[in-house]
Amino acid sequence: MKITTADVEYVALLARLDLSNEEKCLFAGQMDAILGYVEKLNELNTDGILPTSHAVPMENAFREDRTQPSIGVEKALANAPDPVLNFYRVPKVIE
Amino acid sequence: MDLFDLTLHELHTKLKTKEVSSHEATSAMLARISKCEPQINAFITVTPEKALADAAAADKRIAAGEMSCLTGIPLALKDIFLTEGILTTCGSRILDNFVPPYNATSYEKLKEQGVVLLGKLNQDEFAMGSSNESSASGVVRNPWNTDCIPGGSSGGSAAAIAARQATVTLGTDTGGSIRQPASHCGCVGLKPTYGRVSRYGVIAYASSLDQVGPITRDVTDCATMLQAIAGHDPKDSTSVNIAVPDYRAALTGDVKGLKIGLPKEYFIAGLDPDVQATMDSAIETYRRLGAEFVDISLPHTDYAVASYYLIATAEASSNLARYDGVRFGHRAEQIDGLLEMYSKTRSQGFGSEVKRRIMLGTYALSSGYYDAYYVKAQKVRTLIMRDFIQAFEGVDVILTPVAPTPAFKIGEKINDPLQMYLSDIFTIPVNLAGTCAMSIPAGLSTNGLPIGMQLIGKPFGEETILRTAHAFEQATEWHAMKAPL
Repeated sequence: MKITTADVEYVALLARLDLSNEEKCLFAGQMDAILGYVEKLNELNTDGILPTSHAVPMENAFREDRTQPSIGVEKALANAPDPVLNFYRVPKVIE
Repeated sequence: MDLFDLTLHELHTKLKTKEVSSHEATSAMLARISKCEPQINAFITVTPEKALADAAAADKRIAAGEMSCLTGIPLALKDIFLTEGILTTCGSRILDNFVPPYNATSYEKLKEQGVVLLGKLNQDEFAMGSSNESSASGVVRNPWNTDCIPGGSSGGSAAAIAARQATVTLGTDTGGSIRQPASHCGCVGLKPTYGRVSRYGVIAYASSLDQVGPITRDVTDCATMLQAIAGHDPKDSTSVNIAVPDYRAALTGDVKGLKIGLPKEYFIAGLDPDVQATMDSAIETYRRLGAEFVDISLPHTDYAVASYYLIATAEASSNLARYDGVRFGHRAEQIDGLLEMYSKTRSQGFGSEVKRRIMLGTYALSSGYYDAYYVKAQKVRTLIMRDFIQAFEGVDVILTPVAPTPAFKIGEKINDPLQMYLSDIFTIPVNLAGTCAMSIPAGLSTNGLPIGMQLIGKPFGEETILRTAHAFEQATEWHAMKAPL
């Protein structure tokens, strides 16, 4: 398999990254080397093996459905780059 | 001996007998930080005013006879832990103005006991790295040799202990990020079993692998710290509700009849000769103490790095989607539309290693590759977990090197990510299996760099590895070595 800069551009769009041409070339080569290395997983037969998503066996952790205090609007907005009234302002979504 | 040289338990005794005050200990530590920081760069943020206020409060508690074993102890936290009202960057430009509105549970628990917070420690950006070279706040230097890396990602947490800039620290370990820097800096570092310590308020990298743990000067301090932070937290649904044992009581010094496994896949040709010699001498020490050795096999070890770098990057690409410039952190200026705001913000805010891992993870999760990469890696993870389950049917503890070499030079692996990833080959399997392991000082290289050994335990078997580590510490002097600084 060969990772091309077109592949990199597509993945960067999915990841919401705006890469420079230099970064695109660098990542194409590095991703190719790393993905080439991980191909070794295919040496193993994993038919019938269940995937592990979590190391500790556990069931759903339910808690009582009770209202608890939250951090509040002031604290929640304290780190906002562009707060307006009680909102986070962002560029127009729908033209 | 200076106040900054003391272990937690030594300082506790002096505080208890009122031989010294927390104010004196804290002032000595702040002076030490000022002296060492130009060389080491272990801290991202030092909080002297907060530290002195914490010390004053601790001294009041001590005077009132209300002290615990942590009251008045000066400590520092990796910058990945949220600290209310104190800048928390996670080593990233994207969080260079982030002041959290609440505390991580692990810090909250320490705070209740009256600890003194000295500041926030340097780390690889978002805990992604093995050398602490990916931090937006600059590289950390190894106190044993400032041309060398301290290890990563908790490089600041280990360097601060080695340079005696904090009595104890906390780090996090996703693929070796506590154990590897502890080994390279001559400290004790413990990665608890997944679920043993709450991850609430710890900035997420790979959520199925991340775990919080202490870095300390000796095993007794390590047990004390684990005692303080372990336990179920309703705010972390993956923390486990299993009773927390008395870890200090486990330090009996007795390893007679203990069965220690030596996995052949970890003692490979090409292992650094100093690391090999350190392992040989540790085995000899344990034999003398009455432990028995068993040759074992963890047959899928060679596939762990490949499995890890798919699972960890996939989880990271999802976790780091939250840095979008909307609610907190950096936001790009002069932007045209929402999509451009996201992509410019993220490209300006993330460093190269973080971008690379987000790209890899996004690729592994993308349509058409999900089964071939991500699910395949998760299946191999199952095989690696089974290796450990089978091995622990015949042994109590597994002994291995922590890293294939002592600390390497700054810049040596920075341009070859795959070589950098492969330096975590001995620590990564433990995270995939979810079990516990620690690194303790066990030797010095011919160049005078510390070498640690790894003790791996069964899930929730922290008592056994602490006991095993403590027995070695009692029989040797490696933990007492000091960086020439």
